[in-house]
Amino acid sequence: MGETLAGNVIYRNVYQFVQDLLGEEWSWVAYAAAGMAIILLVTNAVMAIGTLYTWFERRLLGRFQGRLGPNRAGPFGVLQPIADAIKLITKEDIIALGADRIVFTLAPVVMLAPTLLVLAVIPFGAGSWVADLNVAVLYIAAVSGISTIAVMMAGYASPNSFSLFGSMRAVAMLVSYEVPLVMALLGVTVLAQSMSLVDVVEAQALPFLIVTPLGALIFLAAVSAELNRAPFDVTEAESELVAGYMTEYSGMKYGVFMLAEFTNTVVAGAIFAVLFLQGWEWPILPSHVWFLLKVAGFVFVAIWVRATLPRYRLDQILAVAWKYLFPLSLINVLLLAAEIIVWPEPSTAELGIMSAINWAVTIPAAVLWSKVVSLRTAPPVAAAFSTEGR
Amino acid sequence: MTMRTEPVVVNVGPHHPSTHGVFRMKLTFDGENILDAEPVIGYLHRGTEKLAEERQYTQVITLTDRLDYVASMTNNQAFVLSCERLVGIEPPDRGKYLRVIAAELQRIASHLIGVGFFLQELGVFGGTALMYAFRERERILDMFEMLCGARITLTYMRIGGVLQDTPDEFWPALRSFLDDMPGYADELQALVFDSEIVRSRAIGVAPVSAEDAIAASFTGPILRASGVEWDWRKAAPYDVYDRVEFDVPTCEGGDNYDRFWVRMLEVRQSLRIIEQCCEQIEPGPVRTTMAMLFRPPPGEAYVPIEAPKGELGFYLVSDGTIAPYRCHVRSPSFMSLTLFREMLVGWKLADAIVTLGSLDFNMGEVDR
Repeated sequence: MGETLAGNVIYRNVYQFVQDLLGEEWSWVAYAAAGMAIILLVTNAVMAIGTLYTWFERRLLGRFQGRLGPNRAGPFGVLQPIADAIKLITKEDIIALGADRIVFTLAPVVMLAPTLLVLAVIPFGAGSWVADLNVAVLYIAAVSGISTIAVMMAGYASPNSFSLFGSMRAVAMLVSYEVPLVMALLGVTVLAQSMSLVDVVEAQALPFLIVTPLGALIFLAAVSAELNRAPFDVTEAESELVAGYMTEYSGMKYGVFMLAEFTNTVVAGAIFAVLFLQGWEWPILPSHVWFLLKVAGFVFVAIWVRATLPRYRLDQILAVAWKYLFPLSLINVLLLAAEIIVWPEPSTAELGIMSAINWAVTIPAAVLWSKVVSLRTAPPVAAAFSTEGR
Repeated sequence: MTMRTEPVVVNVGPHHPSTHGVFRMKLTFDGENILDAEPVIGYLHRGTEKLAEERQYTQVITLTDRLDYVASMTNNQAFVLSCERLVGIEPPDRGKYLRVIAAELQRIASHLIGVGFFLQELGVFGGTALMYAFRERERILDMFEMLCGARITLTYMRIGGVLQDTPDEFWPALRSFLDDMPGYADELQALVFDSEIVRSRAIGVAPVSAEDAIAASFTGPILRASGVEWDWRKAAPYDVYDRVEFDVPTCEGGDNYDRFWVRMLEVRQSLRIIEQCCEQIEPGPVRTTMAMLFRPPPGEAYVPIEAPKGELGFYLVSDGTIAPYRCHVRSPSFMSLTLFREMLVGWKLADAIVTLGSLDFNMGEVDR
């Protein structure tokens, strides 16, 4: 265990307060209370940022599309998320006839849980983390996989074909994208020679975005798929599946799904900032501010992509994962492993050489491989113009 | 171990975000693949043809607004042209030019909607492309408001001309629109033209050969996308289309991408036509004086026009009374659905939705 989050202030004060209240022999209560205080702080802060992000996304999408976006509730419409939440809470909470009630109700919770679990290992600033887990990268990969099950539960429990379509798509897609995602994480691990996120940040004399651009690219693509964001948003493809696995949900259950989705994006931004953008490190501004700015940068790019790119078809998405990202991620890992064998303890200058090599490999590899892999449509299996069986 | 599976029938619509109104598709799926497709129409049936038999000719114009409600201007035009043939009158030149200008503006507006929704169904989330398209369409609707006070249900055209002469602010607005629109079109194209996702989603999907398109009575952009150069504005010019120069753009493949692309090309031709009309138009009356309540001689008339979505015509039979004895609408959208099953079977759900977008039909016109 590393330093606890704000160990000097909140943790110690709460611990001291409870211990003074109850006495020495109740110190475990004080320990639990102090832990709870920190959990409350972290989860609520991140969820607040998640809700604020909905406003950010809608405003930005509006700008990209030449309209205003929400601007009525509060200054610049910043209170819009609160208005949305009030609307969702006061709405009737419908459980459709024929739904599996328990699974149906559980699904939003299961969806939100992994997002909050991931927060445990993320360093938000210099010395600010809940746990410096020595297998944090593995932990993130493992925990974030749970959301797949939640999507599956939601789709399976709803008596609706569109929900089932959405969840089946989600499972096919998320299972495929776990592979390049883990390979991208593996590249970072090889480079930092540690799975602890704090060590990863400290190993970045140069941002890994510069050192391993291919890894960052693959991570970005895979994480957009994991988050069901454009251009991989087939699971809730509005024009095809109405709302995908969420079709039957209403009221706050729907709200929790949306909250999970938005919080997920923020958390993904945090992971990206830690893995590829030196985490909290960068001069002048306080470390927490830098961290938030980097997360905001990721979120901005995510919204930009969402406003620009159309959606792939499901088979094309799987083709992107297996034919494009997977071979590239293999190249990435092999390259980084070879470089680490040559320079076991890379200095800043050596990291510079490595990034030069990696850029020289990344651009031709990404471009050439995209020429090899074609996503163009082959004619359908069944002849489109047969009139048999009419 | 083999698993016993069975196809599942899914009703896409009538309540669905991308069925263009109240269209219902009965799709049979094997996983994501479509095994069978059946269009179910009639949810927007209002009995326009029967209603027309109960009304004077002038009153029917308002009914035509509600057929293809994103292209009311051309509906008006088709109806008044048939009426004029029936009565045997000819509108003055200025009226004809104004009609062509209005109709071409309407074609641009309709194609913008078609292209916008096509891209929306490709999944540009939140509808960036749709918003781009709507922004330009808005200016056209503003100009319609100047012409006749309405934006959607226009009733601008009259038997023997148009409602009224243009107000002063119309021409500067049209001028600035003509100057801006090519840039707008470039912007929209830049967003999608080189996008590999759009190309890989749309090229080669749901192709229709020229023979099939003709056999299925396809008209308009979806016919020209299959490579058939056919346009009523060239084949039987009405109003002043014989006095302006323009090309009939065609594509080769007849797939979703071509159906989208041919519309983008047509927008530019429409701008060309309006440009020439602005040069040629001269002051004068816009409407022949005739009685509001008239009795055309017994007979029949059918004048096909090139509406944005294809051949639109009103087959009118007069028995010498004030109301048409029969008013049949030949609507292009209805014909667009004839190859529905053949186009969709074998493709995936996502392709089916995009194909619907590329056909650009309008339920108001299909159900009538």
